[in-house]
Amino acid sequence: MIDQDFTDSILVKFSSVTKRHHDDCLTLDCDSISVKDVLLHLRDEETFDLLVDLTAIDHGEHADNRFSVVIHLYSRIHHDYLRVHSICENNEQPAFPSVSDLYPAANWHEREAFDMFGIRFNDHPNLKRILMWDDYPYYPLRKDFPLAGIETPLPADDVAEVTQASVDPAPMMGGPFVSGTGDNMSEAEPRAKDESWTEDTEKPVL
Amino acid sequence: MSSETIEVNVGDAVSRGADATAKADSGKMALNVGPSHPTTHGVLRLMMDLDGDVITRCEPVLGYLHRGDEKIAENMTYNQFVPYTDRLDYLSPLANNVAYAIAVEKLTGLELPERCEAIRVLVCELARVSSHLLGMGVFGMDAGAWTPFMYTFTEREKLYTLFEELTGARFTTSYTRIGGVARDIPDGWLDRVSHFCDNLPKAIDEVEKLLTRNRIFIDRTEGIGEVSQEDAIAYGFTGPNLRASGVDLDLRKDKPYSGYEKYDFDVPIGTRGDCYDRYLIRIEEVRQSLRIIKQVISDFPSGLWYAEDAKKIFAPPKEKILTSMEELIQNFMIVTEGPQIPAGEVYFEAENPKGALGFYIVSKGGGVPYRLKIRAPSFCNLSILEKMVPGHMLSDITVILGSLDFVMGECDR
Repeated sequence: MIDQDFTDSILVKFSSVTKRHHDDCLTLDCDSISVKDVLLHLRDEETFDLLVDLTAIDHGEHADNRFSVVIHLYSRIHHDYLRVHSICENNEQPAFPSVSDLYPAANWHEREAFDMFGIRFNDHPNLKRILMWDDYPYYPLRKDFPLAGIETPLPADDVAEVTQASVDPAPMMGGPFVSGTGDNMSEAEPRAKDESWTEDTEKPVL
Repeated sequence: MSSETIEVNVGDAVSRGADATAKADSGKMALNVGPSHPTTHGVLRLMMDLDGDVITRCEPVLGYLHRGDEKIAENMTYNQFVPYTDRLDYLSPLANNVAYAIAVEKLTGLELPERCEAIRVLVCELARVSSHLLGMGVFGMDAGAWTPFMYTFTEREKLYTLFEELTGARFTTSYTRIGGVARDIPDGWLDRVSHFCDNLPKAIDEVEKLLTRNRIFIDRTEGIGEVSQEDAIAYGFTGPNLRASGVDLDLRKDKPYSGYEKYDFDVPIGTRGDCYDRYLIRIEEVRQSLRIIKQVISDFPSGLWYAEDAKKIFAPPKEKILTSMEELIQNFMIVTEGPQIPAGEVYFEAENPKGALGFYIVSKGGGVPYRLKIRAPSFCNLSILEKMVPGHMLSDITVILGSLDFVMGECDR
C-alpha cells in the first residue's frame, strides 16, 4: 500500500501537485504543464509502470474548467493504484499533452478521449477517431450531446447520395430511458401491443 | 405496392483501384481483413500492407460494435446498468456482473456477507473456465485443429446448463445486484458443480493430448507473436496475456477482492510470451480455477446472499412491498429515482478471464452515475497489434488473433 512518506515526497518534489480527498486510492491534482514530468517520475522512480486507464470527464457546459483528464496508474511493488486528475486549459478547444511516449498504452486511450470528448492530445503520433468513423462531426460523451444522437450524414458519401439515407437519432419514445410527454399516461408509457384504447377512448366491446 | 430497386456501389471503386495501383507499383499489396471475417472473432478490421507473404504494416480499425455503453450508463440508474455489463465480454457475463457490482459497492461502502462473496468467487471462476474453454477451443480451430473445439464446447455447454439453473439465463445472466446477488443458489446445485469439476480434467487432458505436444500446433504457435515483458507492461496488457509474457500480476493475488485471499491457488507465468505460452497459461488457469471452486464448495458459508443494508439499493423484500407502507415507498423511489449513492469517485478492477476489467465511476450523489468509464481488457490487449504484427507471415494472423483471446463486445463497448 502507498504510505504517507510516499505522498509527501511527491508533494515536496512537485510544487504543482496537490492531494485531493479520496476514498479508494491516492488521488493527485496536477496541472497539464507538469503532468508529463510527474508521470515520468512516477514511472521511473516510483515503479508506477502500468498505465491502466486514461479517460476524461466533462464537467458540463457552464463549468469554469469544462474538461479534465483522469489517469490511473498501477504499481506492482506498492500493489496499489494512483489517480492523477488534470484540467484541460481551454474550454472551447481543449488540449492536453500526450503521454503516449511515456506509456504506449495511452495511445488508444487518448484516441478514445479525443473521439468522445474532442480533447486534442498534442504530439500524439496518430490522433484520429477510434470508435466513431473518421469524419463524424460530434463528440458523443460531451454532456451537451443528446442520448438519442443527432442526425448525421452516412460515412460513405456515394451510398448516401444514392439512398438519401442518414444516421438518425434513436427513437426514444417508449424506450427504456424516457417516457414521452404525451397527453395521456398510457400513450407515454411503454405498454403491450393492444393500443386500441386509452383513458379517453373506451375499450372496444368484442 | 410497387418497389424500386436501387443499385448501390459501396465505396469509391475508382479511388480504391488507384490505391491498389499505387501499392502495386511499390511492390506491396494492401489487404483488408474484416470487419466480418472468421479470424477476427467478431468485428475487428485489420488494414495491412503485404510484401509478398510478409506483413509490413497492420492497422486495426475498431468501433463496428460501438453501442455507447458509457453514454447510456450516464442516463440510467445504477441498477438498470447491470444487464449492460452482460454484453461487454459476452463470454463471461457473470464475471462482468461481479466487477460492476463491486465497483458500485466500493462507492457505497457496503460490507457483504460471506455467503455472497463465496457465491461471487464461485461464479467468477466458473465464468473463467467457460471463457477459457471457448478460447482454447477456438484457438485450436484457428491453428487448424478442429477436434479440441468439440471437447471444449461440449464441456462449456454443461456449464451453461449450470448457469441457466442458477440465473435463469444461459448468456445474459445479470446475476448480481448492488450489494448481493439476485437469488440464492438452488438446492443441490453445488453437487452438480462438483460433479462437473470432477469430470472436466478428463476433457482438458484430451485437449492437451490433441494440442499441447502436437507438432503442427507447436510449429504454428511457438515463437509467433512474441511479446517481451517490457512491451507487455508498456502496452497495458493484463490477464493471461500479460502473465504469458512473464509478468507476475494477478489481481486475485495482488489486490484480492471478494475474499480471494482465503483460497489457495497458483498463478501460472509464461517465459517467452508467444502464442504457445498464451495457450499453456489458459490451460493451467482452468486447472487452478477448478482448485478454487473445490475450496469454495468444500467450505460453503451459510447466511444471507445479500447485504442487509443493500435492501435500500436494489429492492426491499417482495412481501414487505405488498404489505408495508414504508417499503412500498422505498421501492417506488428505487424504481423511479434510482438508489441513493453517495458522491465520490471510485476505480475498481477485477481479474476477468480476458484481463483486468475496470470500472471508473464518478458520482455526484443520486441514482445515476455522472461518468462511468469501462476499462476493457480486450481494448488494451489489442493496441499492441500495430507493433507486434509487422514481420509476421499472413498465415500467422489467425494464430496471433486467436491467442490474444479478445471479445469485440468489450473492446468497442
